[in-house]
Amino acid sequence: MFAACADPKAIESLTWLTCYLTSGKHLDFYWSFVTVLTLLALTAPIALAMGFLGASAARARFFPLRILGKSYAALVRGVPDIVFFLFFVIALDQGIEYMKSLAVCQGGEWPWQGLEFRVCPEAKVPLGAASAMWHQAYGFGLAVFTFAIVFGAFAANVLYGAMNAVPQAQLETAEAYGMSHGQVFRRILVPQMWVFALPGLSNLWMILIKATPLLFLLGVKDIVYYARELGGSKTQAYEYPHPDWRLWYFLGLLVFYLVFTSVSERVLARISARLSRGQATAAGEAMRKAAP
Amino acid sequence: MTCWETVQAYWLRSIGLGENLLPKSDFTLCQQVTLIGSGLIWNIYFGVLALAFGFLFAVAVALGKTSPQAALRVPADWFVFIFRGSPLFIQFFLAYETLQLLPKSGINLFGITVETAWTTRAWAGALFVLFLNTTAYAAEIFHGALKSIPRGDLEAAEAYGLTGWQKFRRIQWPTMLRLAWPAYTNEAIFLFHATTLVFFSGFPAFRQMGDALYYANYFADKTFNPFVPYPIVALYFIGLTLVVTGLFALVNRRLNRHLPSNAKSRIRLRPQLIR
Repeated sequence: MFAACADPKAIESLTWLTCYLTSGKHLDFYWSFVTVLTLLALTAPIALAMGFLGASAARARFFPLRILGKSYAALVRGVPDIVFFLFFVIALDQGIEYMKSLAVCQGGEWPWQGLEFRVCPEAKVPLGAASAMWHQAYGFGLAVFTFAIVFGAFAANVLYGAMNAVPQAQLETAEAYGMSHGQVFRRILVPQMWVFALPGLSNLWMILIKATPLLFLLGVKDIVYYARELGGSKTQAYEYPHPDWRLWYFLGLLVFYLVFTSVSERVLARISARLSRGQATAAGEAMRKAAP
Repeated sequence: MTCWETVQAYWLRSIGLGENLLPKSDFTLCQQVTLIGSGLIWNIYFGVLALAFGFLFAVAVALGKTSPQAALRVPADWFVFIFRGSPLFIQFFLAYETLQLLPKSGINLFGITVETAWTTRAWAGALFVLFLNTTAYAAEIFHGALKSIPRGDLEAAEAYGLTGWQKFRRIQWPTMLRLAWPAYTNEAIFLFHATTLVFFSGFPAFRQMGDALYYANYFADKTFNPFVPYPIVALYFIGLTLVVTGLFALVNRRLNRHLPSNAKSRIRLRPQLIR
């Protein structure tokens, strides 16, 4: 990157460190933090939307829909989330390729043959000839979708509880005023449920942050991948030989996560205070009493 | 091989007994159920021991957090902050790398050489991380419970002349446990879930002796079919969750036995504590 870095073997100490930390691989490492933040930025709204749909379905009067919503919310209770992560990534991948093979392949064979999953080359997603970037983007997309499914189920749980926490009398009053079910839902239930949902959703956000290293297990080149790559000991054959520094890289990641979670905690505490203002909850009541 | 022979060959495979070679081809449902079930031994081992050690230490940390002395409070606060604020996955990696830095030949302590090689093994290293991790989460729960002990109870205890250890033993401790128990049940459940991370996070599975998810992943990799092994793990864990909930509910009933039935705290499963 810098002119002084042309010959890494000749330089020393601080210059060496600067050159080392700005090498091409390290720039990739810094970009992988953006990958993690992108994952969070994409997953959070999608998961919230899926959770909202799940929670609304769980309250539906139509029986099959209610069962669907409730079983979606119950999905995550007894089973470790990492099982879902490992499962959904392969299952989604195979499901997509199977669907595509139905459309594009001649002579539809059942693809799970013996010890292989076989579809015709045209049905591969992305196609074998596609550039590496597409493969990475597809892998990332699968990861986002997997995270959204699992965290959507968590969110459905939280939102379902929040919807039940809205005082029943308010809904009955709204009905007494002649509002339809949809109107009660839109005008009374949804605007009021957020303050009840917020503690649960804040918790979920923290869990989501702390689940991001699992991206590594899904085959995405994330920060854990680069920390292991870059930290491993490098022999003289490399430009920047060094002993095993993985400990320092992981310490860096630890600090990153600690800062991230503690900043989030502070921001969420503010939002919570803002939303509690004037609400008929214990927190709102405390604020009312504290005000002069 | 009949199914019964498979069970005999593999049901203790995860602790190194029985057939040495894992199945390589012609995978049967029986093999998958047996091996994954065998791996569950490790999940139970990690979960039970981490909870047992973590419980006492967590009470100590929780008391440290409520202490008026900064010398006790500040370290307790930092401990909880570090272990609750960072992913367990990273903690595993970090611990593994740290333990690897210990001198291979052992540490010389007053003339006695202490072996260090075993610390990088999952049974010790990962257990230590899980123990610290559950301590931090449980300490936060107990701290919350200590803070919500009714003030009247404490004042009454003082009026009766109870102080220090007696006040803690007779008043604070039982109430704290009773208040914390539902949340602590969740912590226990999610600790068991967290044990599945061990063999995916740096700690290698020695001689292919891994936990339930390790074997499930093995089968999924070999057969390219995730639809059999992962649901098997899921079912095993649902079973384990039910057992843990049942055991903790028994304790809960004992903790609440003096209360009228409408005032008892009920255990509700909440997915709050994934790491």
